Amino acid sequence: MSAARDAILARLRQAIGRTGEEQAKAVETVRARLDNPRPNLVPAHTRLDREGRVALFCEKALAVSAEVERLARLTDAPAAVSAFLRRHDLPQKMVMAPEPMLDLAEWEQQPLLRVRRGTAAPDDAVGLTVAVAGIAETGTLMLASSREQPTLLAFLPETVIALLQAEDIDGAYEDSWQRLREGLGRPPRSVNLVTGPSRTGDVGQKIELGAHGPRRLLVLVVEEAFGEAGDAPR
Amino acid sequence: MQPTSHAFKQNAHEALENPVLQEALGGIRTGWQAARGRAAGALPEFEQLRDTGRDIKNHVLAHLDLYLEAFTAKVEEAGGKVHWARDAAEARTIVLELCREADARTVTKSKSMIAEEIGLNPWLEANDVKPVETDLGEYIIQLAGQPPSHLVGPAVHMTKDEVSDLFHKHHGGERLEEGGALVGEARRVLRQRYLEADVGITGANFLVAETGSIITVTNEGNAELTQGLPRTHICIASIEKIVPTMEDAFTLLRLLARSATGQEFSAYTTVMTGPKREEDLDGPREFHLVLLDNGRSKMVGSAFQEMLRCIRCGACMNHCPVYLAAGGHAYGWVYVGPMGSVLTPQFVGIEEAHPLPNASTFCGRCEEVCPVRIPLPKLMRHWREEQFNRQLNPPAARYGLALWGFVARRPRLYRLATGMAVGAMRLLGGRQGRMRRLPLAGGWTGTRDMPAPQGPTFMQAWKKRRGAGS
Ligand code: SF4
Repeated sequence: MSAARDAILARLRQAIGRTGEEQAKAVETVRARLDNPRPNLVPAHTRLDREGRVALFCEKALAVSAEVERLARLTDAPAAVSAFLRRHDLPQKMVMAPEPMLDLAEWEQQPLLRVRRGTAAPDDAVGLTVAVAGIAETGTLMLASSREQPTLLAFLPETVIALLQAEDIDGAYEDSWQRLREGLGRPPRSVNLVTGPSRTGDVGQKIELGAHGPRRLLVLVVEEAFGEAGDAPR
Repeated sequence: MQPTSHAFKQNAHEALENPVLQEALGGIRTGWQAARGRAAGALPEFEQLRDTGRDIKNHVLAHLDLYLEAFTAKVEEAGGKVHWARDAAEARTIVLELCREADARTVTKSKSMIAEEIGLNPWLEANDVKPVETDLGEYIIQLAGQPPSHLVGPAVHMTKDEVSDLFHKHHGGERLEEGGALVGEARRVLRQRYLEADVGITGANFLVAETGSIITVTNEGNAELTQGLPRTHICIASIEKIVPTMEDAFTLLRLLARSATGQEFSAYTTVMTGPKREEDLDGPREFHLVLLDNGRSKMVGSAFQEMLRCIRCGACMNHCPVYLAAGGHAYGWVYVGPMGSVLTPQFVGIEEAHPLPNASTFCGRCEEVCPVRIPLPKLMRHWREEQFNRQLNPPAARYGLALWGFVARRPRLYRLATGMAVGAMRLLGGRQGRMRRLPLAGGWTGTRDMPAPQGPTFMQAWKKRRGAGS
């Protein structure tokens, strides 16, 4: 419906009413802002060293009812996951992102834990995925959709587990987005910023967890970068 | 929806006599209002961020044509389709056509004020497409057959008991009483609807020109399931939702949740860019963006331009004594509270909405908390002037305003008159500093006390200060 487009843009141009010279300047201003995105004011308390960021991330994630565990290395994940499921009386069964990096965790250490790879189906009770970043400011996970990291894993199951490398924890949203921008250029189809489990206050203004997305969220913060020496098959 | 804004006074009276509603509204004061104060206080940069937020929005409005062009080009680059709609009817037609192309029998929807604004649900229903609201609050009011009563919590006017009855009636089975159980039941029922739906419709909190992305903010995760499960995703958004870059979005996001619910960040902020990529394992095959004007391009450059900065946080209503007494439904249309008093006349006409700009104590709390610093009282006053010009006021108000206008244009007389009025009002207020009746304004003080002015008038104080300073 380009008639509508033309009409709306024409009305805007008339309302804004730039002269020829102003028009050229406005075009340049907009182009510069879009080509060269810069952070606005970023809260000072997010400017921390690595340990400070990890600590703030954990504190903030706990405050929004996520569970957080710090692991030394990726190979500690299977035992942590299995214990978590036991703690919550959940079956030892989950669907996991087809991310090759996750193979390095050696899931066969937990022979009782059944793992399917792929995106979540409606009857999957537990999903596990990888966060591309953590944001200390509010204990937020950044998930980015890809062939290896489907989106529904973090939304359909009632229990969601996310693995996060400690070195991927940034101070502020802008830091993580800039890394994504540098890494990928165009953003993936879906970037989910996840802060705690799903919740609602729509029944009598009281917060209840697990509205549509997960009721439980476990974040495993892994100290040693995935795929580093310690994670190689021993 | 058929507006009933003209009956504000009657609506408000009924609201005041409804104890269940009053109980629900009381919860806003101790809940969102208090939480916003704590969240704002906990972030040292909050006030500065409000300035930045205002500036971003002003910058966008001054370049809106250019940003819209940039944004839509990026949406198409990402494989999405853009549909421009001049008005509500055009937008409804586009959405229906898209639903028909998708052979849709049911569509899931995540909360969208634009959908409310264009009356999408009744239109789809009349055309054999069944819309299912997935935001729990929207789902509740859809079952109850009611319009939203709040920007952020559309069912905030209902108590848990009322929701119990409603669910029992519609879902059958046992009557559940516990909040968690009610949420669980809605989750089960809606899960099925997500899986059946052929189309998912969402709104957008922001549109990012840099990337052609849309951003949704929810606490429930319903936007992600709404757009992530069906084959087709339709996003409906109005033209002023644009921000230049993700950095700009983050600034506004820091303000949004804190102002709305007092959270530091909502549970889910999702940035979606185009449809499913070939290699992706999930996501919609088609992505359509319906861009709605509906009178907004006329607000650009007008006295009401500043209203286009609104990020729909609801803080103005959470802090408004009139809203907190009358509730949202009294306002008689989709947008309620102070922001509704400015916006509703734009959409339904000042003739229909004439009581709204007067439904204010001009206490200024709304402007004090608005994250993008919209001068709501000033904009309401603009409507009152407009009304006055069109002679839409009852005679007493016209008489009072004419007198005020006459005096106000004569500074000496004004100073004298306001000084006298303050004296008289202080007398009326007595010791408690509250006046139970205000001459010529019985309708107004019938339901609330007017705070008696304390101390000198603004002009006296200003003169004194200037005198002291120079
Ligand atoms: S007018 Fe301001 S306070 Fe009210 S909803 Fe809009 S942004 Fe929020």
